[in-house]
Amino acid sequence: MHPAPSLILFTTLSGLGFGLLAWLCVTLSPPEGMAALAWLALAYALCLSGLAASAMHLIRRERALKAFRQWRTSWLSREAWAALVTLLLGGGFGLSLLLGHPLLPLGWLTGLAALGTVFCTAMIYAQLKSVPRWHHGSTPALFLAYALTGGALLYGQTWPTLVLLALTAALQIWVWIDGDRRLARSGTTLASATGLGTEGSPRALFPPHTGSNYLLREMVFVVARRHLLKLRVLAVLLAFALPAALLLATAVSYFNFICLALYVAGVLLSRWLFFAEAEHVVGLYYGR
Amino acid sequence: MTDLPSHTERQLGLVIDLDTCVGCHACVVACKGWNTQSQPSPLSDQDPRGAAPSGTFLNRVHAYEVTPQTGAAQVVHFPKSCLHCADAPCVTVCPTGASFKRAEDGIVLVNESECIGCGLCAWACPYGAREMDMAEGVMKKCTLCVDRIYNETLPEQDREPACVRTCPAGARHFGDLSDPESAVSLLVEARGGMDLMPEQGTRPANKYLPPRPRDSWEGEVDLLAPWLEPVAEEPRGLLGWIDRTLARL
Repeated sequence: MHPAPSLILFTTLSGLGFGLLAWLCVTLSPPEGMAALAWLALAYALCLSGLAASAMHLIRRERALKAFRQWRTSWLSREAWAALVTLLLGGGFGLSLLLGHPLLPLGWLTGLAALGTVFCTAMIYAQLKSVPRWHHGSTPALFLAYALTGGALLYGQTWPTLVLLALTAALQIWVWIDGDRRLARSGTTLASATGLGTEGSPRALFPPHTGSNYLLREMVFVVARRHLLKLRVLAVLLAFALPAALLLATAVSYFNFICLALYVAGVLLSRWLFFAEAEHVVGLYYGR
Repeated sequence: MTDLPSHTERQLGLVIDLDTCVGCHACVVACKGWNTQSQPSPLSDQDPRGAAPSGTFLNRVHAYEVTPQTGAAQVVHFPKSCLHCADAPCVTVCPTGASFKRAEDGIVLVNESECIGCGLCAWACPYGAREMDMAEGVMKKCTLCVDRIYNETLPEQDREPACVRTCPAGARHFGDLSDPESAVSLLVEARGGMDLMPEQGTRPANKYLPPRPRDSWEGEVDLLAPWLEPVAEEPRGLLGWIDRTLARL
């Protein structure tokens, strides 16, 4: 799939934002007063800039609000609702923090809604049977793991961050290895796509058009396949190994800007790989 | 609503004969021609006469080479357009309700004025049947020429999809696939019509008729072949004299 910058930014930033919001809302000693306001402002800035990036992916942006309508069947619509509900709940909880009377149950509800939003985002991709690498329960698990890790790192929770970095790294590496086999496991081949398997073994002879088209640009992105291993190693170093090493070396619980910058760069790279590696079955019709 | 209808009164669709398709692309041109003038917006092209032309098409013809276990390989021309699936994944993913399947005839359509151009339906379709119109910013797809098949201002014989009407090989058939007695259903029954990617669970309406086995030349004696052997191995007459003279030099 084409790794659109708008979608990479959307999933990375909103994942961080909702992850931070979840930590803010479920922590036992939430910040109060102006500190609460600053933390919430950071979380909302991340969430809203992520959502703005997702709106940039639409070609007809002026109709974006129509996306709220089909929540009964569409994960994209559910994601829009979940984000709105989370931000409204978070606003209520934030107000209670600002006033110095934290409504903890409202906080837990907000935290749950924040994770629900990340789940809906992941389900937009995981629901697609046409992309076997994504069509798996590990896709929402991985998105949630990244969001929780990023939130913990942002909120300066050293030990939870270290545990989550290790868990997310293990999950990510397994997803890469298992993901490489999912297209073969799906059973979709050029033979099933054309129904010509009973006559013999089919091979794409020539394409329907000499130039490129929307399908090839959007769904048959093969550039990443050459450098996969190098990029995966780099992503693991940036997102997990280096931040963990830095956290262990300095052992400070306050906001560590370098750690965060490394982590965000690693997540951006892993999200680029998430899209760029994914094989859409339509590529089979083109012999790719 | 992007819920799929629980039941369609009819299921219109195409039956495509891979045995007779000659790969002339007339259906591609007829489709583009009709749908660029009959839809709310034309099927746009980008850089059509430039170095990297690209455009929106609702029907495309691939070509495959099928190599059997024994014998010669065979070329199969393979037209592909929307299959108007019973469990259309493109419909349920749509966040706005622009994508829908009609309960009365099973046709899958896009309401252009509701489309936000997110592209998720094209991702959900395993067949690559939907293409984004880059000029209009909305998704385009085969309408089964819904504006022809019910159009009473057209002569009776033109009330079928443009691709079917134009096919010079008779490789495309249009009809109600939910009626077991319809001509297309009987054709599917007789020729062993098949679904594309059945494992994707889309239950496509369009069916493909597999190519019939070809003749093979191995072990065959052609009665006319001996008469086609060269009659004169050695040149005679003037040419023969030149040949002999040149050889003596």
